[in-house]
Amino acid sequence: VGHAVLAINGAEVNGRFTADGKDVLEFLGNPANYPVSIRFGRHRLSSNEKLMLASMFHSLFAIGSQLSPEIGSSGIEMLETDTFKLHCFQTLTGIKFMVLADPRQAGIDSLLRKIYEIYSDFALKNPFYSLEMPIRCELFDQNLKLALEVAEKAGPFGPGS
Amino acid sequence: MSRPPGRKQENHKISRELFVLTYGALVAQLCKDYEKDEDVNTFLDRMGYGIGVRLIDDFLARSAVKKCRSYSETADMIAQVAFKMYLGVTPSVSCSNTAGNEFSLILDKNPLVDFVEELPAERASLCYCNLLCGVIRGALEMVQLAAEVTFLQDRLKGDAVTEIGITFLRKAEDRKHKR
Repeated sequence: VGHAVLAINGAEVNGRFTADGKDVLEFLGNPANYPVSIRFGRHRLSSNEKLMLASMFHSLFAIGSQLSPEIGSSGIEMLETDTFKLHCFQTLTGIKFMVLADPRQAGIDSLLRKIYEIYSDFALKNPFYSLEMPIRCELFDQNLKLALEVAEKAGPFGPGS
Repeated sequence: MSRPPGRKQENHKISRELFVLTYGALVAQLCKDYEKDEDVNTFLDRMGYGIGVRLIDDFLARSAVKKCRSYSETADMIAQVAFKMYLGVTPSVSCSNTAGNEFSLILDKNPLVDFVEELPAERASLCYCNLLCGVIRGALEMVQLAAEVTFLQDRLKGDAVTEIGITFLRKAEDRKHKR
């Protein structure tokens, strides 16, 4: 469910057509093209889809902190499933940072704080970045990628959160 | 400035002189652009506001402080942690009313005016450091605290001390629902 054809014989597929304009179903229907290797997977989310899912989570977060039997609950910090863990860190300014990771991955707390620093440096200190807009800052992306790589390498036995 | 361990960036220090000169150039230009002191004050405050709304996250990310539970804690935090972190000075804090929402920060030393002795006669009502008021106001707003921040006394205008007044306007709202 939710999976689609991502590539055929190594060439990326975009919707119904391959990168060089061939119709996917036509190609797959022609026995002359066999054997063929097909890669299935989940599509990457578009920016709009991400915004939608994030706003849904924002509402769930607010509801969660209201439903909590503890007063002054800080909201949803972690959502655990069989296949992934969603970690959420809310700053005192109300910004939420969310990380989806392998359930066994350690060190996510420090990663979230690192991401806060990266945001405060490369997004906020960029005078051309407007608050509340999607972040399209090269330096932000680069540093974020670096931080993720470091966290990933640390693996399940990484430094304490 | 101390940073948490593991931070890859070097601790670049920029000369204080450059900062003071830059600020002075900013004020001088605003004075050329606008005749009225009130206008210059307004624009300094506005620029400060723009800085404050961004600086707050830098402050929170670096200092990792916990949420303040009262106006008094907040005022202390501003004076003892934030001022120290960004300007290297620690103003003293006092509460100026019984309701507990008006505070004043008295600045002994103000790095921004190190090289300024007094205001010229034609700029008598200029609040030279009004940028600072805007910064505090902007930063507080981002943590859901509305406040009025003004200079109550100014050494440059001949007062004995430089005093910033912070008046918190309404109770901090439950921020989970805002934003």
